[in-house]
Amino acid sequence: MQTAVILLIPFISALAALFIPRKHGKKFAVATSLLALVAAVITFINFPVNNGDYQYVINEPWIQSLGINFHIGIDGISMLMVLLTTFLTPLIILSVVVSETRTPVFYALILFMEAALIGVFVSLDGFLFYIFWELALIPIYFICLLWGGEHRAKVTLKFFIYTLAGSLFMLVALVILYLHTPGSHTFDIQALYQAGRMLDPRLQGFLFLFFFLAFGIKMPVFPLHTWQPDTYTEAPTQGTMLLAGIMLKMGIYGVIRWMLPAVPQGIQQYGDLVLWLSIIGVVYASIIAITRSDIKRLIAYSSIAHVGLIAAGIFAYRSGSMNSQGIQGAIIQMLSHGVNVVGLFFVVDIIQRRTNTRKIGSLGGLRLKAPFFATAFLILTLGAVALPLTDGFVGEFLLINGIYIYKPALAVLGGLTIILGAVYMLRMYQRVALGETSRETENFLDLTPNEKAVLIPLLIMVILIGVCPNIFLKVSEPAVAKLLSGF
Amino acid sequence: MITLIILSALGILTLFAQVLRFRRGLFPVILVGLAAAFFFTSANYNTNPQVWFSSMLHFDNFAIAFSRSLIVIAFLWFMMARNYFLQETSATDHFALVLFSMVGAVSMVSYNNLTMLFLGIEILSISVYVLAASDKANAFSSEAGFKYFLMGSFATGFLLFGITLIYGVSGSFDLTVIHNSMGAHHEPVMALTGVLLLMVGLAFKASLAPFHFWAPDVYDGAPTPVTAYMATVVKTAAFAAFFRLFYICFPDMVAQWSGVLWWLVVLTLFISNITAVRQTSVKRMLAYSSIAHAGYLAMAIVSMNGDASARAILYYTLTYSVSTISAFTVLYIVSRSKGREDFGAFEGLGKTNPFLSFVLVVAMLSLAGIPPTAGFFGKYYVFFNALQTHNTGLVIIAVLAALIGVYYYFKVIIAVYFKPEQSHIPVTVGGLHQTVLFITTLLTLLLGIFPDVILQWI
Repeated sequence: MQTAVILLIPFISALAALFIPRKHGKKFAVATSLLALVAAVITFINFPVNNGDYQYVINEPWIQSLGINFHIGIDGISMLMVLLTTFLTPLIILSVVVSETRTPVFYALILFMEAALIGVFVSLDGFLFYIFWELALIPIYFICLLWGGEHRAKVTLKFFIYTLAGSLFMLVALVILYLHTPGSHTFDIQALYQAGRMLDPRLQGFLFLFFFLAFGIKMPVFPLHTWQPDTYTEAPTQGTMLLAGIMLKMGIYGVIRWMLPAVPQGIQQYGDLVLWLSIIGVVYASIIAITRSDIKRLIAYSSIAHVGLIAAGIFAYRSGSMNSQGIQGAIIQMLSHGVNVVGLFFVVDIIQRRTNTRKIGSLGGLRLKAPFFATAFLILTLGAVALPLTDGFVGEFLLINGIYIYKPALAVLGGLTIILGAVYMLRMYQRVALGETSRETENFLDLTPNEKAVLIPLLIMVILIGVCPNIFLKVSEPAVAKLLSGF
Repeated sequence: MITLIILSALGILTLFAQVLRFRRGLFPVILVGLAAAFFFTSANYNTNPQVWFSSMLHFDNFAIAFSRSLIVIAFLWFMMARNYFLQETSATDHFALVLFSMVGAVSMVSYNNLTMLFLGIEILSISVYVLAASDKANAFSSEAGFKYFLMGSFATGFLLFGITLIYGVSGSFDLTVIHNSMGAHHEPVMALTGVLLLMVGLAFKASLAPFHFWAPDVYDGAPTPVTAYMATVVKTAAFAAFFRLFYICFPDMVAQWSGVLWWLVVLTLFISNITAVRQTSVKRMLAYSSIAHAGYLAMAIVSMNGDASARAILYYTLTYSVSTISAFTVLYIVSRSKGREDFGAFEGLGKTNPFLSFVLVVAMLSLAGIPPTAGFFGKYYVFFNALQTHNTGLVIIAVLAALIGVYYYFKVIIAVYFKPEQSHIPVTVGGLHQTVLFITTLLTLLLGIFPDVILQWI
C-alpha cells in the first residue's frame, strides 16, 4: 500500500501540474513533492529493521498472457533509494529561481521523472522495471531539449540514443532470462534469479555483458561515459541535478538488484575486467577534472570518478565471500553522492547566474562577498573530498575497504580518488571562494532565502550521514545480506 | 462473410451517391456502415470457422481479428481523409474505391485458397493504383500511380508463377491440401522454387528490400491521405496474407525459406533506416520508416512461432497503423497550411500549436518504439518471438536498426521544439481532425499500457 502511495503521488501530481496556472506551477510542484517526501519518511520511520524481505508488496496481474505482473515492493535498499529521490526532488524544484519563468510542463516533467525513478527502485517484475527505466528517460530528454544550453539538440539526442542502446540490450537479457523460467514463464524477480543461476556460465557471461551495457552507460563507467560531460554541461541546472543526483543511481541500483543476483557466474568471468575499467575511470576522470577550468565540467568529471569507485566497490564482490562492505558502501555512497552533487551543481548555478561565467580563472574572493554562500560551498566540497564526519567519508571508507578485501593493490589505486579528489575540489574551492575578488565577483550577493531553503537541508544531510550513517546502513543491511546469501 | 457483403454494399452505395445527390449525408453513412461491419464481424468470433465458397474463404479467429483491425484502421482513415476527398477533389467515387479495396483486404486475411489470395490482392491493388494517381493536377501523383501499377503487375507475375508451381506440386489451390502435400516431398526443387517465388511476390507487395524500390516514390508522390492508406491498410493486409500463407502452407519448410527471408529482413532494416536518416522531406522519411516497419513485421514471420507470431503481427500492424495515421494527419494539416513537407515546416510548432506537437511526439515515440507507447510493445513482442525461436542474432541487428530509427524520428521532435518558428503561418486544425488525433493518441497510449486487449483477439 505504502509503495503505491509513494509512487502515485508524484505521478498524479505530474498530470495535475499540467492544468495549474503558470504562476502557481512551482508552488504546486514543491507542495506535492513534499507530500511524497512525507509519505517516504513515514514509511522509512516505520520500516522494519532486521528484515531483508520486501515490504508493502503489491502484485497484480498486468499482461496475463505473458506472465507480466504489476509487482512492486520495498526492501531496505529500495527504501533508501526512494528516500533519496523524494528528498532531492523538492529541493531540485525549489532551486528554480523566480526570474526564470518555467511553464507548468517543466514541473510536470520533473514530477513525472520522480514517479518513474521511484518506479525503477520499487519494481519487482523485470518487464515493469524496464518500462519504468525507459519512462525515466523521456522526461529528462525533454527537460534538456526544451530548457538546455546552446548545443542541446545534438547533445541530448546523443545521450538519448546512447542510453537507449544500453537499455535495449538489457531488455534482450531480461527476455532471455524470462524464457528460461519454468512453465509458462514469468518476469517475477525471484524466478529470474533462479533461471539465471541455472544457466551455463558462458551464457551468464553474455547476459552479464548485456546488462552491463545498460547499467554501465547509465552510471557511467569508463569507457561508456562519453555522453556524460556534454550532457551535464548542456542540461539546465535542474536537469543536471536530476541526472547526477538521482538518475545515475538507477544504473548502480540495477547492478545490485538485477545483475549480480541473476548472473553470478558472469561476475566470475568479467568482474575483474569491469573492476579494472572502473578503477581506470576513477584515475582518468580525476586527472581530467584537475585540468578543467569550467566548474560545471569539473564537477561532471568528479562525478565520473566517484561513480567509478562505487562500481569498483560493487564489482569487488565475489560469490561466497560474504564481503558485503563494498555493496553497503555503494549504497551509502549513492546517498551522499546524490546530496553532494546536487548541492555542488546548485552552487555552480548560483555562481553562473550572478557572474555569467563558470571559468575558474575569472572567479575569486567569494568568501569576502558572500560568507554564508562560501560556508555552504565549503561544507559541500569537504563532503565531496570525503573528510571524516562528512557523508563522503563513510561511503568511500567502506568501498575502499571492500576493494581491499578482494585485491589490496586495487584499493591503493582506488584510494587515489580521495587524494586526487582533494586536489581538484580544494583547488577549485580555493580559487573560487578565496583570494582576491575579480571584476565578475565584485558585486556578488549572498544567498537569497529561496537558495538557503535549498542548501540548508542538503548541508544537514551532509553532516547527518557523516556523523550517524547507521540510521541508513542498518536499514539496508538485512536486505543486502539476503541478496548476497542467495548465491 | 457478412463483412464482405457490408463493405461491398457500402461501396456500391457510395458509387451511387454522386448520381443520387446525397453526397452530404454520405460520410456518416460510411462510418455507421464500418461500425456495423465491425460489430457483425465480431459476432462470429470464437465460433467454428465460417467456411464459404467451397472452402475458399475461412473466417476463423485469425481472419476475424484482422478484419476487425482493418475496419478500425479504415474508420480512423476515413475521418482523416474526409476533408481531402470531399473538398479538394469532388469525386465520391474515390471513397467507393477505398471501400472496394477494403473488400480485397478482407479477402486477403481470410482466404483459404490461392486463387482467393490472388483475387484479394488484385482487388486491393487495382483500387489503390487509381487512388495513387488521383491527384490529376500533380505530375508526381500520376508518376506514383503508374510506377505502382507497373511494379505491382510485375510482382503479381511472380506471385502467379509461384502459385502455378505450387499447384504443380500439390494439384490443388487449397491451403490445407497444399500443406499436406508439401510434407510428402514429391518435387522438392519445384516446391521450393514455388515458395520462393511466392515470397518474392509478397515481398514486393509488403515492400521488403530489395523489392522495395518502388515504395519511396509512390508514397512520396501519392496524395498524403492515400499514402496514409497504403502505409496502413494495405500493409496490414499484405502482412496478414503473407503470414497466413506461410503459416498454413509451409510451416514444415521453415528451415528452407526462413534463411532467405532472414536476409530480406536484414536488408530491409538497414537500407530503409539508413536512407531515412538522410531525408529532408518528412513525407519521404515516413515512407522509408514504413519500409523499416515492414522489416520488423517480417521478423515475426521469420521467427515462426505459431499463434504468437500471428498475435505479434496483429498487434504490430494495428498499433503501427494508428500511430502512422496520427503522423500523416499532422503532416497533412501542416503541409496544407504551409505548403511544404520538409522538416522546416514543423519548426516552432511546439510554441504555436501545443496539441498538434504533443500528438506528433506521441506518434514519433510510438514509431520509434519507446515505452509506454504501443509501438514499444509491438516491437517488444516481435523481438520476444524471435528470441523464443532462437533468432538472437536477428534481434541484435534489429535493435541496432531501431536505434538508427530513433535518430530520424527524433529529428521531427527536435524540429518541433528546438527550432524557432520561421514563417509565421498559423496552423489550424479542424474539428474532425482533432477528434481523430485525439482517438489515435489515446489508443497509442492505452494499447501500449494494456496490450492484452488486442492480444486476446487471436
